[in-house]
Amino acid sequence: MSAAVAIECRGLTRSFGSGETIVQALRGVDLQIHAGQVTLLVGPSGCGKTTLISILSGILRKDGGELRVFGENPESYTERQRTAWRAHNVGFVFQTLNLVPTLSVEHNVALPLILQGMATREAFARARAVLAALELADRAGIKPGKLSGGQQQRVAIARALVHEPRLLVCDEPTSALDAENGHRVMELLVSVGRRSNRALVVVTHDARIYSFADRILRMEDGRIVEDSSLVHQP
Amino acid sequence: MIRTALEMLLGDRARYFGLVVGLAFATLLITQQASIFTGFTERTASWIRDTGQADLWIMDTQTEFTEDRKPIQSNALQRVRGVAGVEWAVPMYKAYIQVRLADGTRRNVRLVGIDDATLAGAPPVMLEGRIEDLRQDRAVIVDARDVNDALRLTRGLNGAGPRPLGVGDRIDINDQDAVVVGVAQRSVEFFWDAVIYTTYSRAVRMAPRERKLMTFVLAKVSPGADPEEVAQRVAAATGLAAFTSQGFEDLSKGFILRKTGILENFGVTIMLGFVIGVLVAAQMLHNFVVENQKSFAAMKAMGASNGYLLRLVSVQVGFAAVMGLGIGLGIAAVSGHFLEQSGLAFRMTWDVVVLGAAGILVCCLLAAAFSLRRVLKLDPAVVFKG
Repeated sequence: MSAAVAIECRGLTRSFGSGETIVQALRGVDLQIHAGQVTLLVGPSGCGKTTLISILSGILRKDGGELRVFGENPESYTERQRTAWRAHNVGFVFQTLNLVPTLSVEHNVALPLILQGMATREAFARARAVLAALELADRAGIKPGKLSGGQQQRVAIARALVHEPRLLVCDEPTSALDAENGHRVMELLVSVGRRSNRALVVVTHDARIYSFADRILRMEDGRIVEDSSLVHQP
Repeated sequence: MIRTALEMLLGDRARYFGLVVGLAFATLLITQQASIFTGFTERTASWIRDTGQADLWIMDTQTEFTEDRKPIQSNALQRVRGVAGVEWAVPMYKAYIQVRLADGTRRNVRLVGIDDATLAGAPPVMLEGRIEDLRQDRAVIVDARDVNDALRLTRGLNGAGPRPLGVGDRIDINDQDAVVVGVAQRSVEFFWDAVIYTTYSRAVRMAPRERKLMTFVLAKVSPGADPEEVAQRVAAATGLAAFTSQGFEDLSKGFILRKTGILENFGVTIMLGFVIGVLVAAQMLHNFVVENQKSFAAMKAMGASNGYLLRLVSVQVGFAAVMGLGIGLGIAAVSGHFLEQSGLAFRMTWDVVVLGAAGILVCCLLAAAFSLRRVLKLDPAVVFKG
């Protein structure tokens, strides 16, 4: 039985600048991403990976084409509605993590829930539960700067998961980690990503993690030029 | 949201400290200068408040402040007493006159003559002697601060060293002999010349010959009468100017502010404090926002609306403002205590506190507006840029 389509886009285009300096970042991307699959987005720098995940996650608007994410069209929403949609539906793991250095680990993890309007006490309780599941319970009260790189990465994943998003977008989640820590992080992401109600999209240059993917999409010059489905099944 | 805002602010201790110190310094400058200004202007009316027995002050229509002597005819006293609503009215003499102390020291003083019968217009507190001693022959009363200053016997008597003027000492007032019978304590005034009290009849005898001698008529209104209304009736009946005590205070303060330029001088310093506050707060907040730009962008990407970030930064600015205002007001109050003890004018009224709070509020609003533009225009897509 094939998995449900989580993301579907046809003829997606996006450019930056104008006139002679215009840069065509996406040149008509056709794509289906299924729920329960780990999808890697690979390709050289400047090929449009970041632009594509920015549009899929509702941060950027497309210029042309069609997009549906879990049956919704975030492009049709106002900025305010898109912001609320992101808060409820998308979890991010950024390349530079972007943990707030002045907030405690548990406060960082609780942020998506607080942004949804959840009471602080309840948000913190849920954040602690997720941290415990990721074996970071004893690190809840300290600042992220006092954690190792691998621990910070796990905190970022905890923050991305705490509000149970349907779309999990990870930008180079292993680029700053050694092989062992990178492996552990991918195991963690795969374990939470392969769920029937969730899509996991990972942008990466790191060939060491290809083996974790269900599907690898290679981009070049604003287009998907190769689509490799691997052995893993949801 | 409040907890997130405060943890973000307090977690960056260096910038939080800089922001609070900047706002505290601005508060200090604004409120201290405003308090000194208030102290100065209040001192312009110390004379009126010390003569608290009177409700109304009647004077020449061209009189502009407490020390402005434009004498009126003595029959004005009877005309004031005849106005409905006036319970009693007494004359007052007040003029600059030259005196020579027993050791030969010459000074210009303000000679004040108060009503012989009632002694209304007397100084508020006697430190030595009694006010009734003024009824003794040639008696005068001097001020406690003056005996150590303008009325100090700087050359000494009979080979002794300098000493304060005291009870029993003689003073030559316009070539007429007077004897100190008491020492009074008055409020500190804006004007610095020494004051010597005597009775009205003695004052006009000692004064240089003039056709008109009376400076003021002091009047008390009848119980239940409205001082403003009685003042208007007195003015209409006598053709003179008649003010309530508050009205005369306002007249004097207004004149001093217009003529001395202290309002402009203090205003410049207060404005300087305000500008410093705006610049420091704006710079610190701007640094804070720039430092946290990635965090704000990440929060926007994760679903923080502009309204949320607006409230977040507002809470941070508001908290820093309250801390800065509190510390600044505290330092201003403590420094004011010592300033007052050293004799300088300092009066921190509620008006001054409200002015300081309003100043810091505007400082912070301007600084926040400057910084928030950057937050609101922040593109959440920057989170994907390494």
